Amino acid sequence: MNRILTGALALLLLASPLAAPAQDNPAPAAATITLGDIEISGAFTRATLPNAPVGAGYLTITNKGTADDRLMSANSPVAGMTQIHEMKMEGDVMKMTELPDGLAIPAGGTVSLAPGGLHIMFMKLNQAFAEGTTIPVTLTFEKAGSVDIDLAVGPINADEPSHDMAGH
Amino acid sequence: MRTFRIVLWTLVVVAAIGATVLFFTRPQVVNGPGGGQFALVDQRGNPADNSVFLGKPSLLFFGYTHCPDVCPTTMGEMQGWFAALGDEAKTLQGVFVTVDPARDTPEILGDYVSFVSDRIVGLTGSEAEIDKVVRDWGALAEKVPQDDGGYLMNHTASVFLVNSKGEFAGTIAYGENTSTALDKIRRLVANS
Ligand SMILES: [Cu+2]
Repeated sequence: MNRILTGALALLLLASPLAAPAQDNPAPAAATITLGDIEISGAFTRATLPNAPVGAGYLTITNKGTADDRLMSANSPVAGMTQIHEMKMEGDVMKMTELPDGLAIPAGGTVSLAPGGLHIMFMKLNQAFAEGTTIPVTLTFEKAGSVDIDLAVGPINADEPSHDMAGH
Repeated sequence: MRTFRIVLWTLVVVAAIGATVLFFTRPQVVNGPGGGQFALVDQRGNPADNSVFLGKPSLLFFGYTHCPDVCPTTMGEMQGWFAALGDEAKTLQGVFVTVDPARDTPEILGDYVSFVSDRIVGLTGSEAEIDKVVRDWGALAEKVPQDDGGYLMNHTASVFLVNSKGEFAGTIAYGENTSTALDKIRRLVANS
């Protein structure tokens, strides 16, 4: 239901070009994945530009349990190095730092990794990310354990996963 | 011998006056942010100075190809702005100045910007010249070393609007709403 509503809203926004916000570049939709109490949804990344050896992964993590958990690490065969990063605007400068202790996912809470903020950072890429393909990632949580997920590759400036499961 | 010395000194004085006149009357294309002159190289390896702005309203951005988020985002938006404005802004160009000249050679930068649009000029150069341009435009770029010996760059995320005289004419903030950005660009083009 929620998805239909958001879809309708997206259509409305698309229909009026002047009202279209910056958030109008969806990547293909990804399925919701459950790992114990952890639910992962909306996983996507962006097509990389030529010669860009880095990429960022975005997703939403919900902890449905009663105990805090923590995203400890992310790994991918496409990257020589994968880290969990945080970005913040300081004045008009974007600053990025690694979270070496991972990312807390509080009990009952939802944490969004999204453009301009938290992200999984892929460095030393051994392949470009091509729009329409998927990038495999293994996420390891302190309590819930590990899970393999696929990030759907959207346009170079995708800022959200697609709402449209039919993908037309 | 004496006459020869006088002639020589006269020549020196004339040359000095000439140089001074040239120095003070040389074209000053910019003032305010962007108030300095630069000598960089474009993606085809050709020398590029402030005249790159002349006659073309420009969207000036400081970035680098190893940039994970801000630069691809902005390049995507710029692509969208060019598409949305179409013939309304025929002379509009993007100017992408790398803040990472050590890694962004003209070729690497060229592939990168031309993938986005053939209306974006990529500029690189010596570290000293890049530092100078960044400073002259009131932008910021700093190296953030990584554990593995590599580095990332923190840098200004705004797009600078530059009029066709090469003068600073405002900014578009990172993540600025598309219609606001388009209005700013339309105004830039109209006033250029
Ligand atoms: Cu990062």
